[in-house]
Amino acid sequence: MVYISQLVTSFVASAAFGIMFNAPKESLVKCGISGMLGWMVYFILEYNGYGTILATLAASFLIAVISQVMAKHYKTPIIIFSVAGIIPLVPGGLSYDAMRHFVEKDYIGTVTLAAKASMISGALAVGLVFSEVLNLVIRRSGKAPK
Amino acid sequence: MDNQTSVYDIMDVCLLAGKIMLQSGAETYRVEDTMMRMATALGIGQTHSYVTPTVILFSIEETGAAKTKLIRISERTTDLKKVAMVNSVSRKISSGDTGLLEAWTELKEIEAAKLTYSFMYQLAAAAVASGCFTIMFKGSWVDFLPSVAAGGGGFLCAVYFHRLVPVKFFSEFLASTIIGLLSFAFITLGLGQELDKIIIGSVMPLVPGLLITNAVRDLMAGHLVSGISKGAEAFLTAFAIGSGIAVVLSLL
Repeated sequence: MVYISQLVTSFVASAAFGIMFNAPKESLVKCGISGMLGWMVYFILEYNGYGTILATLAASFLIAVISQVMAKHYKTPIIIFSVAGIIPLVPGGLSYDAMRHFVEKDYIGTVTLAAKASMISGALAVGLVFSEVLNLVIRRSGKAPK
Repeated sequence: MDNQTSVYDIMDVCLLAGKIMLQSGAETYRVEDTMMRMATALGIGQTHSYVTPTVILFSIEETGAAKTKLIRISERTTDLKKVAMVNSVSRKISSGDTGLLEAWTELKEIEAAKLTYSFMYQLAAAAVASGCFTIMFKGSWVDFLPSVAAGGGGFLCAVYFHRLVPVKFFSEFLASTIIGLLSFAFITLGLGQELDKIIIGSVMPLVPGLLITNAVRDLMAGHLVSGISKGAEAFLTAFAIGSGIAVVLSLL
């Protein structure tokens, strides 16, 4: 039941972000799918206790790979597919918590949470970079035999 | 047509394509790549470009003096459809399906066109997304409707204040303050359960996700200046949202 509601909401949220960023109409569903798959990986890993950092890394890597495949297949810029998927992974909740602790003058708590949030942003970036590198390697190895 | 004018024409077409892309939120490396490909396809081998979020410098090396042009970009929005359209024009030029003149008219049409979804659609999208995010961050369904309302209200304020005062930081700050106040009002009225979940969900439409992804991609592609300035813009936005919420929290 939890999984179903997560599935539906992540699809709707990603597609809605597609609308806000003015993605072409025909790619809205694809935005939703890439966002949904990425979020499900994140959610399943996090739900089963693998930690948010690993979950974010895996999810952002998957989203970037899916977007690259879609971008190649539909001959559209990759950014259309990747942006909507990445947004749910941004550590908004943690940053909010950090801000909340800051306002309550719990500075040690603030630093702990902020450090966690920056670790997650780092994982997000590394996931994106990994797939970029993978893409480059594949493109190179594809070109070599010609 | 003598050689002199045609080189300038090619430059103009490339710069127009680059300008539309940059204004619509494309990555820096894509802008440079597109301009270079177009110039190559139109018969100019040696080009150099330098693109930052605020300026495009494009230079063509030829026999004789190099020709250089500069375009200043002051207003940036997010319009991925235009990026896709310019991309397809550049593909057509590369494959030789479109000539210089058709490309110019096509790009001019794209620049003038208003392709955005209507404001009501965008508002509805922002509102629904807020509600969904509340559920995704393990909120309960009781909090779904309050975050739809708060998120929609916040987005409306962000757009409205931005029209009123063209300082992005300020409008985001105000919008998140209003999200905080609305969420708090819903809790006090007994319409919602968890203040934290409602606020986090509602704030998500304002989060600079596009900037963050672009900043990372630009940094990886070696565009250090663009990457860092986009990162700074993202950080400023996040800071504005955070301090807006902090104001409300400190009032409670």
